[in-house]
Amino acid sequence: MANPTPADIQKAQEQLDAHVREIIQWHFSPETGSPFWLGWANKAGWDPRKEITKFSDIIAKFPHFQDEWLRDEQPEVWVPAAFKGQPFNIFETGGTTGMPKQRIGWNDYKVDYSEFSEKISDEHFPRGGAWLMVGPTGPRRLRLAIEHLANVRGSSCYFIDLDPRFVKKVLSNKQYDVARQYMDHVVDQAVTILKNRKVTGLFTTPKLLEALAEKVDLYEGGIRGVFCGGTTMAPQYVRFIVEEILEGRIGFYPTYGNTLMGLAASVPLTPEDKFSISYYPPQPRAVLRVVDPNQTDTLKAYDEWGRVELTTLTKEFFMPRFLERDEALRKAPRERYAWDGVAEVRPFGAMEKTIVEGVY
Amino acid sequence: MSTLPHIPVLRRGRDYESLDQIEVKDHKTGEVVAKVSTVNAGIVRKDLAKISEGRKALNKFTVAQLMEISAKAGEFFLNGTLPLGDKGHTQSGQEYVELLSRTSGLPWIMVKRNMAKIHYALTHMQEILNGLSRGLDFSIIDKGQGEQFGTSLSFFPTAHALGLVMPSNSPAVNSLWLPSIALKTPVVIKPGKEEPWTPYRLIQAFIAAGAPAEAFSYYPTDHEGSGEILKSCGRALIFGDKNTMAQYANNPAIQLHGPGWSKFLIGDDCIENWRDYIDVMAASISDNGGRSCINASAILVPKYAAEIADALAQKIGPFAPLPNNDENAKLAGFANLKMADFIDTQIEDGLKTPGATDVTAKYRNGPRKASFEGGVYLRPTIIHAESVTHPLYNREYLCPYACVVQVPQAEMLKHIGYTLACSAITKDAAFIEQLYAFGEIDRLNIGPVSTMKISWDQPHEGNMFEFLWQRRSIERGW
Repeated sequence: MANPTPADIQKAQEQLDAHVREIIQWHFSPETGSPFWLGWANKAGWDPRKEITKFSDIIAKFPHFQDEWLRDEQPEVWVPAAFKGQPFNIFETGGTTGMPKQRIGWNDYKVDYSEFSEKISDEHFPRGGAWLMVGPTGPRRLRLAIEHLANVRGSSCYFIDLDPRFVKKVLSNKQYDVARQYMDHVVDQAVTILKNRKVTGLFTTPKLLEALAEKVDLYEGGIRGVFCGGTTMAPQYVRFIVEEILEGRIGFYPTYGNTLMGLAASVPLTPEDKFSISYYPPQPRAVLRVVDPNQTDTLKAYDEWGRVELTTLTKEFFMPRFLERDEALRKAPRERYAWDGVAEVRPFGAMEKTIVEGVY
Repeated sequence: MSTLPHIPVLRRGRDYESLDQIEVKDHKTGEVVAKVSTVNAGIVRKDLAKISEGRKALNKFTVAQLMEISAKAGEFFLNGTLPLGDKGHTQSGQEYVELLSRTSGLPWIMVKRNMAKIHYALTHMQEILNGLSRGLDFSIIDKGQGEQFGTSLSFFPTAHALGLVMPSNSPAVNSLWLPSIALKTPVVIKPGKEEPWTPYRLIQAFIAAGAPAEAFSYYPTDHEGSGEILKSCGRALIFGDKNTMAQYANNPAIQLHGPGWSKFLIGDDCIENWRDYIDVMAASISDNGGRSCINASAILVPKYAAEIADALAQKIGPFAPLPNNDENAKLAGFANLKMADFIDTQIEDGLKTPGATDVTAKYRNGPRKASFEGGVYLRPTIIHAESVTHPLYNREYLCPYACVVQVPQAEMLKHIGYTLACSAITKDAAFIEQLYAFGEIDRLNIGPVSTMKISWDQPHEGNMFEFLWQRRSIERGW
């Protein structure tokens, strides 16, 4: 597939700007908007509906979204008037210590994962073949999202839970034996499923995938595709997964995502990529920018490192300019994505300090 | 050909170029002189699952043939031009000396002495194995069993491979693993970060001499990867500090090579002649830049501690950094500058406790930590401590360092603790008897013998034959 032309990029930008106008209108109109954003606009003293006409206006006029808002506010303040009375899902992120961040939602995850289903091949995830998710379920959006993805493809999904908060806690306390025992406990349950049930598709984290592959021959066990996400995957580690763990026989679909964004799919690797994975957000529903961490209104140049900034733009949730705790290389538009992507995502400051990621 | 050499990972002899590479730099200029591929623990784990193939390759040879190969490897190592990485570079013996010197800080003369030790070990493998096995007919190892000394003998290998987590301080430590190849045991080496050269050159020398490449695995890797090597080979050697040693203290599959805390003791009967022993004590403290575990780091004497400390300080205190290629160079530079700072700070902190003097200070004409031609060096330090309870007694640092302390002869053994190499200057039969019976000395020298003296057929720590092969009883009905 050819790279996008300037005209493609221009068209995508226009679509994004139109989407921005629609979403701003939605969240800041009393008939449809949420108590939080309506109250925010009142205090701010300006009307985003009048002043935001394109995406660049969001960057120019909105401050960074504060994650404390998702901790401190009751979930109801985020309910757009148009959704009032409809029970919502509460999804959480963080929370290793203290109150987690909570995002509410109704259908966004289904939209994201239905779209993602079109990007994975039937060869690797045969329609109707069962899935196994080994990873954080609990209050995470991911659990429902994976099940929806399987269902969209006519499949059902087995689940083995992993509690990342517990893992991070024991690793921070240097209780490595406990972490190892817990990881073995998780992997053993997955091995039991793989040995006793016909499973073709797997979602897991890189570390769990590695541990699983040491205990069971994944290909012989029926796995044809692996959908992976959750932690840093530097190029050599990706190569290790592709060549050593999956031995070139199983399809590999790394993704970057979280409860606040949804998921950014990766572009299939080419030899020129040298195992550097590029992810592209589901624009216009989400926009990723790679910014100068010291001057966050400035974009980094392509292929330069910077901090990841996320803007989420759906009718269920508006989140402008949230600074992720990640850094990444800014990537140019590519193939089916006529907008910026990110690559080699890793925890922000990973070069300067040790970050606890654990098995998650 | 790429300008910079690249040292690949060797996965049972096969080159592997990783996307993760570290730069090895000149310790003075910071110039990058090579890149080294590194891999994660997962690759180590995967490969070690098939490590027995390395033994199969060695089993095609007899021990006698492998000893011949070792001898040839010794010549290649010393004088040969061997591959340096996978980008078409080669390395002569002199180029090895110069490159290792640039990155480790060891002067050429010390590298050459280390090379000579390794060469000796490789070219005298028969003598070494004879000593280690107490004269075993090695055809018994080839055949699995046999008769010797009027009895049936049978041995079995204790490990799939010998794992090695190597240090960067001194290339001659590689001589410890050399018998492994003749003993038909593949090696899995994690090289020291600043010293990838020696194990790589040794592997290339073995391969050039006819050893099967599958017997050699070389994994620059991280802490987790090192742990995997220690855990999975069956037998392993680790080098490190006291804390590292403590982690593996109760694991018989892991041979520990930690600080040596090597010492000199002078008995009551010889103390009046202490001036005669200054040279041998000074050499024990400062040879090889004070970087070996068999360098003396404490001197226990019944009298004249202040005078002896002063004499040693006069002798080695003035040692100053010289160019790496100077034949008179006595000090090694630090590739790891944080280590130099740490040592200097530790000694200075120790001196804040009353009861100890840095006797060298007045002969040094300058600070302990010295810069020279862009490199950082630690100049010799002789401490005179009033008591063995002083924090600077029984410390070991990566530089010429010793603490001289006065202790009655009758109390010396109470205070020496674990001592890798102990030279006792005494002819007192009763004292010698006590030393013979003392279990915490690994190598004992009686008389004015440098702690640096080693005997290849009497290993000062661990017996590689007994580590890699174990005797079993056997009876055959036919």
